[in-house]
Amino acid sequence: MGEVATAAVAAAVVASRRFMSGNEAVARGAWEAGVRVAAAYPGTPSTEILEEMAAYPDLYTEWSINEKVSLEVALGASMVGARALCAMKHVGLNVASDALMTMTVTGVQGGLVIAVADDVGMSSSQNEQDSRFWGRFAHVPVLEPADSQEAYEMTRAAFELSEQHRVPVILRLTTRICHVKAVVHVGERVQLEPSGFEKDPRRWVMVPGNAKPRLPLMFEREAAVRATAESTPLNFEVDGSNRSTGFVASGPAFMHVREAFPDSPVFKLGLSCPLPLDALRRFAGTVARLVVVEETEDLVETELRAAGIDCVGKALLPRIGELSPEVLRKALLPAGAVAEEAASVPAQQVFPRPPTMCVACPHLGVYYTLSQMRNLIISGDIGCYTLGAGHPWNALDTCISMGASLGMALGMDKGRGEADASKKILAVIGDSTFMHMGMQGLLDITWNRGNVTVLLLDNRAVGMTGGQDNPGSGRDIHGEETPRVDFAKLCEALGVRPERIRVVDPYQLPVLFKALREETKVEEPSVIITDRPCVLIDDYTPTQPYRVREEACTGCGNCVDVGCPAIHVTRREQAVKPSGKTVDLAFVRIETSACTGCGLCVQPCAPEAIVHADPVFPINFSRG
Amino acid sequence: MTTTNILVCGIGGQGVMTATEILAEAAMSLGFDVKKTEVAGMSQRGGVVTSHLRFGATVLSPQIAPGEADLLVGFEAAEALRWSHMLRSGAHALVNSGRIVPPVVNSGLFDYPEDPVGRMAGLGVDVHAFDASAIASGLGNIRLGNTVMLGAMADHLSFPAEVLREAVLARFARKKPALLELNRQAFEAGRQAVAV
Repeated sequence: MGEVATAAVAAAVVASRRFMSGNEAVARGAWEAGVRVAAAYPGTPSTEILEEMAAYPDLYTEWSINEKVSLEVALGASMVGARALCAMKHVGLNVASDALMTMTVTGVQGGLVIAVADDVGMSSSQNEQDSRFWGRFAHVPVLEPADSQEAYEMTRAAFELSEQHRVPVILRLTTRICHVKAVVHVGERVQLEPSGFEKDPRRWVMVPGNAKPRLPLMFEREAAVRATAESTPLNFEVDGSNRSTGFVASGPAFMHVREAFPDSPVFKLGLSCPLPLDALRRFAGTVARLVVVEETEDLVETELRAAGIDCVGKALLPRIGELSPEVLRKALLPAGAVAEEAASVPAQQVFPRPPTMCVACPHLGVYYTLSQMRNLIISGDIGCYTLGAGHPWNALDTCISMGASLGMALGMDKGRGEADASKKILAVIGDSTFMHMGMQGLLDITWNRGNVTVLLLDNRAVGMTGGQDNPGSGRDIHGEETPRVDFAKLCEALGVRPERIRVVDPYQLPVLFKALREETKVEEPSVIITDRPCVLIDDYTPTQPYRVREEACTGCGNCVDVGCPAIHVTRREQAVKPSGKTVDLAFVRIETSACTGCGLCVQPCAPEAIVHADPVFPINFSRG
Repeated sequence: MTTTNILVCGIGGQGVMTATEILAEAAMSLGFDVKKTEVAGMSQRGGVVTSHLRFGATVLSPQIAPGEADLLVGFEAAEALRWSHMLRSGAHALVNSGRIVPPVVNSGLFDYPEDPVGRMAGLGVDVHAFDASAIASGLGNIRLGNTVMLGAMADHLSFPAEVLREAVLARFARKKPALLELNRQAFEAGRQAVAV
């Protein structure tokens, strides 16, 4: 009997031991915590949190149109007493911050956790931000897990903390948490029934008369959370024999410190805002030198110093990019103390592999066409099509924030002087980015009579993050049918005259070129919508591939300018034209196994050297 | 026990992350603590992918430091060269000699190294190169390339090759049973390719 029970326990332990990314662990923790509503807008490195949550039963999940809406959805759920999670990347919280800065005044009812993922190291972002600032700015607690197990545990703890203090809680993740897989011991879901909405205008209606009395409550709450931070097991000390240096570390930096300095004592911050200053002061008293290791800015360090606790941090450690055991050793050990064995093989110079657009991507046609046009200023936006700024197209001139292409284009139009008088101003934006934060910009253009042509690249997906659905795909997060936005009608409703709205096939280069030429000539707002799906989603159907007839290729290189990764140069030559001018020739082949027959390269090929090939089993370079 | 560090590199879409995941599952099945991390960036768009796998009694930081990899597995020849400096002195590299040439090379901005495998050997790396892409194509499906690479790793690990083979086959039995036999062949072909 005892053996059976032991075996059962052992089996349960094995069953509960999972290999999970930080994002999967957050989703698991939230599901176990009884979350009823989870919402997000996709964004690297946070995207998988909601993708994972959507696969769990007994809760509502959605892709929201932007992060602000996702946070408001979560707040609404909290108001009726349900536990709610919303997830976003770091820049998403800038968008959602309007809601955050007032929901911290109302506080929450059901536990509300904001999982925000900082792209430390900028693998796929336009900037690097330290989201822990929001904790200080909004007076809300910040939790910082150090690996997947902690991501799971802290997500559950975050809901407890949120309800204990009626406060939204920020779960601060970084790329090195979200996308690291590690062992997690999971548990079971608790079922919770929402307490119900209680009408209470003094709490929920934030007009000045109601909000003012709540401000002192917010600061009292912050003091109470600080008291929690002093005693919570989320903050703890790791003993060490070498007390010449002690570390304060949070997030993945904790693991790097433990790896690089296994003999040093460490104060591990899990609940890092507000800081447990008393506990930290006691710890500082036990070590000769206190080093703060944090990603990315010097928040903890500055607060410790302000509290009169002597420490060092960013004077020695980098303030940008990721830390690692190697970075710590190099920065903190005396010169010469770092083992030189690392240099056994010197680093080799190899060509770069910048991200490329996929084989047959509909954006290829757009950027090839734009690269052939002159006298344009192309205001760009955020998505796969930002790659149009790169080689070989060089056909995108700006990228700032979600939806910014439209407002900036209008500003360029209104602000331009003689230098730009003859230029045509274009804004290029994808479907999902347009609905996220671009529609308002178009309304501003029509309302204020801007002379801007908007190129709306509708590929029915959030391409860069992996092809998630959006209101333009007509499917929800579960792939189920839902009302689909009609972009032409939407643009018309926003004030663009119907004769200035065109829907074109981006694979038909002459049609696209003509539409662009005509619409940029017209001195009023116009919209060109391209309507072919992302090649990563099921809507896309590959067709018969192409090959190059070697004997017919003249080496003109026109097809290379399309920028498709399936076109390879086989040899280069130089030739002298009758005019005496020397030209570079590039003879090509098409990787037929990768080609899906979009036909873009066929169109600029003068000698008709590109012909259909027999299909072979495709290497699909574009799918992960 | 010490931590084992394996670095797998290639480009987006080759199955680097999946292969490392299977390797991780094998290590997990033996009760090890395991951490796996990617530096992928926008890898889905043809960029560089490196997958770090560390396993042992307790693994702290997920990243392998330069000079500390016990094994380098290159899914593409130039990528293997790019990451050679990650290897511990005298450690093995298993390299697919097949090449994937990016648009920046096709358009003439950069050159592909003439003999990446030869350069690695010249740097003192104990390199085993073979054309995994050709082996996979020979078996009728280029996508078998990552199973070929897993097979090549099987006799270079600190645990028995059978553990890795079971992890590979278990995954296909679960996800694509029709491809089970082909993957068994691909795994063995990879093992043979680097047999000494």
